Amino acid sequence: MTPENRAAYWRANLQLVFGCLVLWFVCSYGFGILLVDVLNSVRFGGFRLGFWFAQQGSIYIFVGVIFFYAWRMNKLDQKYGVRED
Amino acid sequence: MTLQTLTYLVVGASFALYIGIAVWSRAHSTSDFYIAGKGVSPLANGMATAADWMSAASFISMAGLIAFLGYDGSVYLMGWTGGYVLLALFLAPYLRKFGKFTVPEFIAERYYSKTARIVAVICLILISFTYVAGQMRGVGIVFSRFLEVDVTVGLTIGMGIVFVYAVLGGMKGITYTQVAQYCVLICAYTVPAIFIAIQITGNPIPQLAFGSEISGAGISLLDKLDDIVTSLGFTRYTDGTKSTTDIFCITLALMAGTAGLPHVIVRFFTVPKVRDARASAGYALLFIAILYTTAPAVGAMARYNLVNTIQSGEVGAADGNLVYDERPEWMHTWQRTGLLSFDDKNGDGRIQWYNDTNPDFAATAASYGWQGNELTVDNDIMVLANPEIAGLPNWVIALVAAGAIAAALSTAAGLLLVISAAVSHDLVKGIFLPDISEKKELMAGRIAAAFAIMVAGYLGFDPPGWVAQVVAFAFGLAAASLFPVILLGIFFKRTNKEGAIAGMLTGLFFTVGYIEYFKGLFLKWAGAPWGENVAEHWLFGISPEGIGVIGMLLNFFVAISVSYLTPPPPERVQHMVEQIRIPRAIEG
Repeated sequence: MTPENRAAYWRANLQLVFGCLVLWFVCSYGFGILLVDVLNSVRFGGFRLGFWFAQQGSIYIFVGVIFFYAWRMNKLDQKYGVRED
Repeated sequence: MTLQTLTYLVVGASFALYIGIAVWSRAHSTSDFYIAGKGVSPLANGMATAADWMSAASFISMAGLIAFLGYDGSVYLMGWTGGYVLLALFLAPYLRKFGKFTVPEFIAERYYSKTARIVAVICLILISFTYVAGQMRGVGIVFSRFLEVDVTVGLTIGMGIVFVYAVLGGMKGITYTQVAQYCVLICAYTVPAIFIAIQITGNPIPQLAFGSEISGAGISLLDKLDDIVTSLGFTRYTDGTKSTTDIFCITLALMAGTAGLPHVIVRFFTVPKVRDARASAGYALLFIAILYTTAPAVGAMARYNLVNTIQSGEVGAADGNLVYDERPEWMHTWQRTGLLSFDDKNGDGRIQWYNDTNPDFAATAASYGWQGNELTVDNDIMVLANPEIAGLPNWVIALVAAGAIAAALSTAAGLLLVISAAVSHDLVKGIFLPDISEKKELMAGRIAAAFAIMVAGYLGFDPPGWVAQVVAFAFGLAAASLFPVILLGIFFKRTNKEGAIAGMLTGLFFTVGYIEYFKGLFLKWAGAPWGENVAEHWLFGISPEGIGVIGMLLNFFVAISVSYLTPPPPERVQHMVEQIRIPRAIEG
């Protein structure tokens, strides 16, 4: 593996991490905390939406983010030929 | 069969299972003892991590806390799950690639320094012991209530069980026991939740029942709850009383703290490959999420049940409240533990439960003839008493007891193992006796584990008054000391020895100092706390629970600045960082 390849792999990784962090931040700190009062005016079933994000939705999204990250990273590993045997 | 016999049977059977697993999975080498020989499948590791992580606090206390805090309780739900995203994205795969035994070992090699290692060991031991004290208290509560044995006897039994499988089996024994404990605790948590969800809403899935209509009432559970609690002078259930800044900081401190807890990080050392570490973090959070999305539903339903029991009729009506002499059986039982108490202040023979600290509600309460709140209820009993409140069969109650013990023991064992590894691997082998043989190191590890169990047991027998507050301490400390330097070690190659040590010490002293200033945990003898713990006095309006965030930022800032002012790390360390960033070994 050339140093350029290595740098490209790392850059791709950082981009993916950044994207995942944005999702992580928006669903918890955004919807569950900073915007909670705004979203609470929206009904979601028997819930106020902001409250639902704070006590349910953010957790589901966290699980999704990790599996998404693992899936994309495994693809990157293959693309750059660094997958462990 | 009586409840007590049944509880003995269920708890006894679970203990027999744990011991059986321990004998089957004995550790034969230091690698088995510290990291289960790197042979744990990602799914099994996910379950073990979930049991390791979900402590007595998660199982016993959290739903109760949420029941009384309402929206403010969200900090625990988001904080204690969102940390796994940080762990998966920033730490787990790289530390797995590093491929050694302990967290201080990573810090020692990455920062080429014994001093850094010692500082890391001190942080680790402070964090882990404060945490383990809370577990032992949980074991004590469960034994004294459900098995009706003396707390001392109960603790001794609990210590004995942990001793057998932690000392014999090391990480390998602990891992497979935790898998079994996860199954026990998740059943124990969800079964009563399902029963109660059906009783209240007719929907068997607690996560959905949480947002459903109450059977036959035509109003949703949360709306009804908002109505009743506001009519009793409390804040609306779906609103909070904490400031947005404080909620933000507490959540972030809990998340970063989660990602920096050594006993969680080390679980990702046990899987065979880097990609297993990534998947494993996902499985761990999935298994955790089953409990963490059930907990707020349990909290809301428990609050609803309790308030309905007490406020049996219209608010303010002379016959609207529960008659003391007609209180249900479970209240008698829990009164005996001292966790539930009544005081008939207005002498009407009925129980009033309302918010007597709300000045806007005082006049209304007075017009009802109420002279103060008459019910005191400890957060901790909400989950444990829930099956009794809902009138569920005895086997469910026995299961809950076994689940609570599983939650406490699995976490205690994980903590004890990282403490013993820090002593035998980082202090004995890493610093004092580098030439020690593997066999002797294994023996040192077992002795350290045995000793740590004694100390933990002592903390359980004689819990310092501040056990409930130390959670903030452990998380704040992990967020402010270990998390930043591990993260920088992987993502910022320029960080050097001087920066890391300065950063850890700054984070540590600032956070400990702030918590001591307002809460006075360890420095009572020196006159702490020095400041009154109210919002007006807090730095930027951040409570001691959330201050770890500032400690963490200071740590990052100091570590980076000092690194730039001092020489860069040596070539071989920079090469090591390159290596851990890539799953497969790179040549040259």
